[in-house]
Amino acid sequence: MSMFHASQVSASSAKSTTPATASLMRWVVIATLPGVLAMTYYFGLGVLSNIALATIMGALLEAGMLRLRNRPIAPALTDTSALLTGVLLGASLPPASPWWLIGVGMIAAVVIAKQLYGGLGHNPFNPAMAGYALLLVSFPTYMTLWAPPQPLISDTLWAQILGTLPTSQLDALSGATPLDAFKHKAEGLSAEQFWLSAPLPEQTLAAWYSISLAWLAGGVLLLFKRIISWHIPIALLGSLVALATLFHLLDPNCFASPLFHLLTGAALFGAFFIATDPVSAATSQRGKLLYGMGIGVLIIVIRNLGGYPDAVAFAVLLMNLCVPLIDLYTVPRPQGHSKGAPGALR
Amino acid sequence: MSQWQALTRDGLWSNNPALVQLLGLCPLLAVSTTVVNSLGLAIATLFVMVGASTAVSLVRHRVPNAVRLPAFVMIIAAFVTCAELLMAAYAYPLYQLLGIFIPLIVTNCAILGRADAFASRQPVGLAALDGLMMGVGFGSVLVLLGGLRELLGQGTLFSDMALLLGPIAANWQLTLVDDYQFLFFVLPPGAFFVAGMLIALKNVIDQRRAARALSSAATPRTERRVRVTGIIK
Repeated sequence: MSMFHASQVSASSAKSTTPATASLMRWVVIATLPGVLAMTYYFGLGVLSNIALATIMGALLEAGMLRLRNRPIAPALTDTSALLTGVLLGASLPPASPWWLIGVGMIAAVVIAKQLYGGLGHNPFNPAMAGYALLLVSFPTYMTLWAPPQPLISDTLWAQILGTLPTSQLDALSGATPLDAFKHKAEGLSAEQFWLSAPLPEQTLAAWYSISLAWLAGGVLLLFKRIISWHIPIALLGSLVALATLFHLLDPNCFASPLFHLLTGAALFGAFFIATDPVSAATSQRGKLLYGMGIGVLIIVIRNLGGYPDAVAFAVLLMNLCVPLIDLYTVPRPQGHSKGAPGALR
Repeated sequence: MSQWQALTRDGLWSNNPALVQLLGLCPLLAVSTTVVNSLGLAIATLFVMVGASTAVSLVRHRVPNAVRLPAFVMIIAAFVTCAELLMAAYAYPLYQLLGIFIPLIVTNCAILGRADAFASRQPVGLAALDGLMMGVGFGSVLVLLGGLRELLGQGTLFSDMALLLGPIAANWQLTLVDDYQFLFFVLPPGAFFVAGMLIALKNVIDQRRAARALSSAATPRTERRVRVTGIIK
């Protein structure tokens, strides 16, 4: 995935634009550091092993596919877009995921969602989220295995990564994310009773809050460096909070508060690091606002009414599908042209 | 190449209903989860295709043009009903498993398409052969897709073949990978994905063939002269 590909609009020479792409891409990778470090602090080295495996496999797959397609390998690898896809997918997966799970996800992301569609700049779907969605649909047992916060190096780390941990022990490790726990709380239980019953291991909520805020810090860095524009994240988070508030006011026992939606799932991570991928997002400013709003609305609709506790991946992929339509209807009017003038796409 | 050969080649390869015409995709994608499901539906579709093409060709001079489509649909529906009853009689468990997709063969546009485009204008022999070849072409892709999805999704092949072939096939199941499940290939998206890959594979084979034919065809040596337009042979 290329986060920063705007400089490649002319697409005349991949070489001349690579340094710019790579330098922006480096900033994005730097901006993921707070989030990644916070996750590592709470969930252990499994987070780093995910990212390491995903980036290595991503680079290998990218090189292999480019070779098959008879394309130059070096420029595509040095623009670090495969590295970023690896970081984002690695950070999305449950810590210490087995190597084969990461491999299947990266194949779906790099080989299918990116290279089969024509490579960097041509992918209609966000590669990391395509990989994530395929894994979530295919291997629900592994994908919902979020262990509660744990020490840096857990006893079962190696066995988990190598995939040799027996299923029985695997089940013992699993815990629920806060979104998951609230979604599946006993029916008839009011929200207050639910929280009083201490449904989650200690620290879990604090861990998720801190991680979300760390992603926010990285996102603010990206905004500050003008690497992303504000349109998508603000539209996404604004519509998410608005719709979550509406649901919460209608039935506070059934639908969690907007703050809970904002801080316990992947909302902030998605808003700043996933939805802003310029290749698969809308292009004009109005288009970006619509695109971001669509994602925010879909996240809440799926979380509150659908079957999955979190929904960033599905929401982003569904809005990726709408991007051609959004772009068609939000072509900026050139200065001096009146509405409906010839040349204005209607 | 005789007309018969051309029809055979069209149905099986160059105008394959599933890979080239992309007709009848609904049952193709919905049912192709295992070999036995695919084979059941493939046989039923083949039966309907041959029967409908033959019957349409037989009545082609009697049916007024204005009502030809309703008439053809009625003929197809009659054959589908036969297929459904036969399946209920001889392969009841499979009949239950395939459920709505057996009656839905009526809506398989490959069948109506061939009836209207070919059988209604051709003598009986050719129409029947066309129905047979189109049916085999469709069915073989269906079975191939079913096999690939079963293999990739559950790690088995030929599981539950007894549903169709009776007790003789009770232990035909090949388990290639134990304790394996990849839900993506079991669920509908996997069908789209594998079907897309098969179409891509066919196109690659066609391109390679065309390239080979081009390079092996002896390019006649031509004489180049100055001040002529074009090449003189």
